[in-house]
Amino acid sequence: MSNSAIAASGLRKAYGNKTVLDGIDLDVRAGTVFALLGPNGAGKTTAVNVLTTLLKADDGTARVAGHDIATGTKAVRAAIGVTGQFAAVDELLTGQENLQLIADLKHLGAREGKRVVTELLERFDLAESAGKPASTYSGGMRRKLDLAMTLVGSPRIIFLDEPTTGLDPRSRRTMWDIVRGLVADGVTVFLTTQYLDEADQLADQVAVLDQGRIVAQGTPDELKRQVPGSHVLLRFASAGDLDAAAQVLDGSTRNDEDLTLRVPSDGGLKSLRALLARLDEYSIDPEDFSVHTPDLDDVFLALTGHPNTGHPNTGHAHTGHAHTGHAHTEVNAR
Amino acid sequence: MNADSVIMLRRNFKHTLRNPVTVINAVLLPVVIMLMFVYMLGNAFSVGVKYIDYATPGMILLAVAYGLGATATEVNSDMTTGIINRFRVMDVSRGAVMTGHVVVTMLRSLISIAVIVGVAFGLGFRPAASFAGWLAVIGIVVAACFATSWLTVALGLAAKTPQSAGLATVPLIMLPFFSSAIVPADKMGQGVRQFAEYQPFTPIIESLRGLLAGTPSAGYIIGALAWCAGIGLVGYLWARSTFSKRA
Repeated sequence: MSNSAIAASGLRKAYGNKTVLDGIDLDVRAGTVFALLGPNGAGKTTAVNVLTTLLKADDGTARVAGHDIATGTKAVRAAIGVTGQFAAVDELLTGQENLQLIADLKHLGAREGKRVVTELLERFDLAESAGKPASTYSGGMRRKLDLAMTLVGSPRIIFLDEPTTGLDPRSRRTMWDIVRGLVADGVTVFLTTQYLDEADQLADQVAVLDQGRIVAQGTPDELKRQVPGSHVLLRFASAGDLDAAAQVLDGSTRNDEDLTLRVPSDGGLKSLRALLARLDEYSIDPEDFSVHTPDLDDVFLALTGHPNTGHPNTGHAHTGHAHTGHAHTEVNAR
Repeated sequence: MNADSVIMLRRNFKHTLRNPVTVINAVLLPVVIMLMFVYMLGNAFSVGVKYIDYATPGMILLAVAYGLGATATEVNSDMTTGIINRFRVMDVSRGAVMTGHVVVTMLRSLISIAVIVGVAFGLGFRPAASFAGWLAVIGIVVAACFATSWLTVALGLAAKTPQSAGLATVPLIMLPFFSSAIVPADKMGQGVRQFAEYQPFTPIIESLRGLLAGTPSAGYIIGALAWCAGIGLVGYLWARSTFSKRA
């Protein structure tokens, strides 16, 4: 376990009789990105707060950077950086002063502090606004400043609590690039997210948190393998067409109510071509044709028995522009 | 004060400079109130001495009280915006965070008091205090600033939102008006008079008044210091325990 950056076992936390964390086991290898995925209220922030020593667990143990969170609090704090859910920047100070404040508090020394501040402003593209108060910054800039403040002193383990919630698609991508850059430098990143594509994009290892329990853990691909495979969905104009297609396509499952037929397929071009050719051969014209490969949304549904209810309002808008991991291709046949 | 306290103090001081409302509240408003009472209303009160000589000690306390709202709001903002979590993960002591606020509040109050006293001199304030008397005045003023600052930090920590934190200090701002700051307590109506006689600001103001007039009263000075010690201690303990609970 020497290459574990974060290792937790049996973490429990309750407020009154409301259990928020119900026995969490985690193992995050050094130099990787770990995503804790779950809807609002699953316990993600509580998990971060416990692992970053901001909250005491009721039960269970955890080691962060090799130090016990209960007995080695100071050592843990010295090794980590934390960016909370709400940008914790000082609004009345300028971007540069915010960074300088942290550099001072980390006792970096005048010269080194100045160097680090300048470097971070450059790296996060904030040099131009460095002299303006943080209250004038956009949401994306604020997050960047927040993260830059976290990086002062080069912590080796970074916790990001919902780093892209509320950001526009462009700022999300910038944030993703920043996270990738950190990992390239050998930093371990522990992030929470309610965006399935974000976990898919960034994480080496994903844990799905639901109502205080981890319901699944693995690489994004491993998780995807746990759900029904990819398939093609065909919709027909009449029951007759549906009957005909069901006869000629092996292993398909029909839905008479929707007049749809679900055909297992790897979603590849070759097998699609073969499928269409077969339909053509029997002169069957589907009305609608779509290819589904499972994404983490399906994983969530399959694992928890309920859809990811994190944020019903923004979920769809967000799927619209930034859902690159989602391979849902619709092709209208006619 | 350790190095972290100095850093936090510098941060809070910048906040004051960048927030014009704070400066107006803490420095200008007391001056305006003083001008109002001395020029417009002062001749209507018969207090036995020149009104400016009577009113200045009360105005000093008013200057202290008016600076408190900003502190409560700021303390609360630190707690509610999440920046406190950043400080905690960085192992910045709660002492440093609170000391920064207390010291800045005191500095702001002392600047405001200096302005008030300066304007008072311009209006004809002629104290008869000896050098030792002045030192005692400064001592009591600093004690009062210290005590009310801790109480305000506690109020700021205990409040749910920055707005309600600001509101929580309103009673402190109103207290000088219900003391002997503006007119002697024995000229007030039943009920208010008793309140004015026994509330903490009256002995503090009366002790300053006696010292500045060159006729110090040991009773008031002891009363003033006892109140300051009590308020300061309650404020400090309350702030400490609230901080531990919240952060």
